[in-house]
Amino acid sequence: MAKIELTDVRKVYPGNVEAVKGVSLSIPDGSFVVLVGPSGCGKSTLLRMVAGLESISSGTVEIGERVVNELEPAERDIAMVFQNYALYPHMSVRGNLQYGLKNRKMASDEIARRVDAAAKMLEIGPLLDRKPGQLSGGQRQRVAMGRALVREPAAFLFDEPLSNLDAKLRVQMRAEIRRLQRRLGTTSLYVTHDQLEAMTLADKLVVLNSGRIEQVGSPMDVYEKPASLFVATFIGSPAMNLLPVGEGGVPGVSASDHLLSPGGRPQILGVRPEHMRLVAETDATQPGDAIFELTVNGVEVVGAESFVYGGLPQGGPEVAVRVAGYSHLEPGTQVRAATSHDAFHRFDRESGRRIVVA
Amino acid sequence: MIEKRGIGRPIAHVVLILGVLIVAFPIYYTFIASTQSLTTILRPPLPLTPGDQFVPNYSEAIFGGIGRIGGVDVLTLLFNTLVMALGIALGKIFISILSAFAVVFFRFPLRMLFFWLIFVTLMLPVEVRILPTYKVMVDLGMIDTYAGLILPLIASATATLLFRQFFMTIPSELVEAARIDGAGPLRFLKDILLPLSKTNIAALFVILFIYGWTQYLWPLLVTNDNQMNTIVIALRKMVSFADADTPWHMVMVTSILAILPPVLVVVLMQRWFVRGLVESEK
Repeated sequence: MAKIELTDVRKVYPGNVEAVKGVSLSIPDGSFVVLVGPSGCGKSTLLRMVAGLESISSGTVEIGERVVNELEPAERDIAMVFQNYALYPHMSVRGNLQYGLKNRKMASDEIARRVDAAAKMLEIGPLLDRKPGQLSGGQRQRVAMGRALVREPAAFLFDEPLSNLDAKLRVQMRAEIRRLQRRLGTTSLYVTHDQLEAMTLADKLVVLNSGRIEQVGSPMDVYEKPASLFVATFIGSPAMNLLPVGEGGVPGVSASDHLLSPGGRPQILGVRPEHMRLVAETDATQPGDAIFELTVNGVEVVGAESFVYGGLPQGGPEVAVRVAGYSHLEPGTQVRAATSHDAFHRFDRESGRRIVVA
Repeated sequence: MIEKRGIGRPIAHVVLILGVLIVAFPIYYTFIASTQSLTTILRPPLPLTPGDQFVPNYSEAIFGGIGRIGGVDVLTLLFNTLVMALGIALGKIFISILSAFAVVFFRFPLRMLFFWLIFVTLMLPVEVRILPTYKVMVDLGMIDTYAGLILPLIASATATLLFRQFFMTIPSELVEAARIDGAGPLRFLKDILLPLSKTNIAALFVILFIYGWTQYLWPLLVTNDNQMNTIVIALRKMVSFADADTPWHMVMVTSILAILPPVLVVVLMQRWFVRGLVESEK
């Protein structure tokens, strides 16, 4: 058990390519922190620096109370789960689990105890004598987790561990990882590009973009109060609808109050698809609602819900509206959508940062 | 795979059997000759069935010593050749694994330069560097020694290249997992790399053993003493320009005995050999 503290960590590759541009992050003891971002945002590099697989160009990484910058991965008291499992193909499952412990010259009865405990926890007991090649993807993933478990480390590091699994297994393993981590209370740092994984697993979500932290917070915090345009569009699917506010407001959108008045600086309004609803011409609208006049471009039926994509007039941006159930709207239909005005997010167009309305 | 049906199958078999006959007949004929007396051999045609001299011929060759090559028996020749072939095969594997290991898994200055230097030596076969190598061996007093037979042939750019290619297919995550598991470079080599290279090593061993066994030019130069001859050199020395001067029955016996060990190696290691060439286990 330990907290992890990153202070102004940077990674500069040869040729002056800066992959991580000064990240400071504090991971409390026992928490589950997820690093999420598009590919190339430096999230894996950051994780690998914590693991000791990548050198740290500047800044410090502390695990527990120790600065580990110069320590070998094995000395950092961490365990890592890799995307492609990285099991030793010539060793049995048991061999895989105990290899690290053997290298630490642990007594063999203690090794056996830990391996059996991990095998029981992950339900891989019957597989202990098989080779990784004889296991399915999900089983391999379990063995990889087991290899991390038996070390009883101060922290788990996960590098997109579920990306190679099929969708169903991924959901199942996701829940299992979460349960396991709760039960063991081991500090965990988890890297993923999948926002769904990020939202469901994290105690604390860290959104990274091109080597910098965009936002840190609880998943719902990040979802409900995105700190920047990047976060707003990255988290949530379909992405948040963005409406650039011009001199005359937003064409096709009418609102009763000064929602659309271009304040002092150019702004972009954001609203999530689920905060919009389709209304009939005759429906009475709530006071304070913003009304969208849309031409339907297409409908995406997910099952329990559908997303109606409609364009605003004068070539304005496309807007997604969530509708419960199955929508039969044909492309070209004119529809109206309404949104309560407190559902809007406001961003500065130049800096992309959220504007906090007093 | 192409599936053969109807007439195709027997035809394929006929072709294969013909091929086997063509390859096997000379060896069979050599064996026949090795069981005849010298006088029978010198008076053609040679019969197609084994003669009655099997036991005397073979025991004379193995235990008695052959006059033409200074009374050395074939057992000594076989031992010399075995030492040389094993030395070359194992030495080449040992050195090339270590150098490929260094080139692939370590970052050191001029790494690629070293790799290319190794690579360039591919273009310098033994024959090209034979004079300087001979001089070095003479200066080191290695004429007529096993070391002199083995050392100059022990470095192999080809094997280094093969191992390098194989090592590069090992996923970097596996290397990293081993690092996190606390395996240092040598332990990684021993616990992970070598077990994974098993089939490659076996295949290479077969090829290199035969390469060593059939060496001709270098052993010819570096051995003067008849006691140090390899079997291939001894065979050459047994054959005289005058037919009557050549103990043909002994030559045939020695030939058969010279063929046996490589055949044995291939047969015993066949499974590994094929796996090493065909399969990429991962």
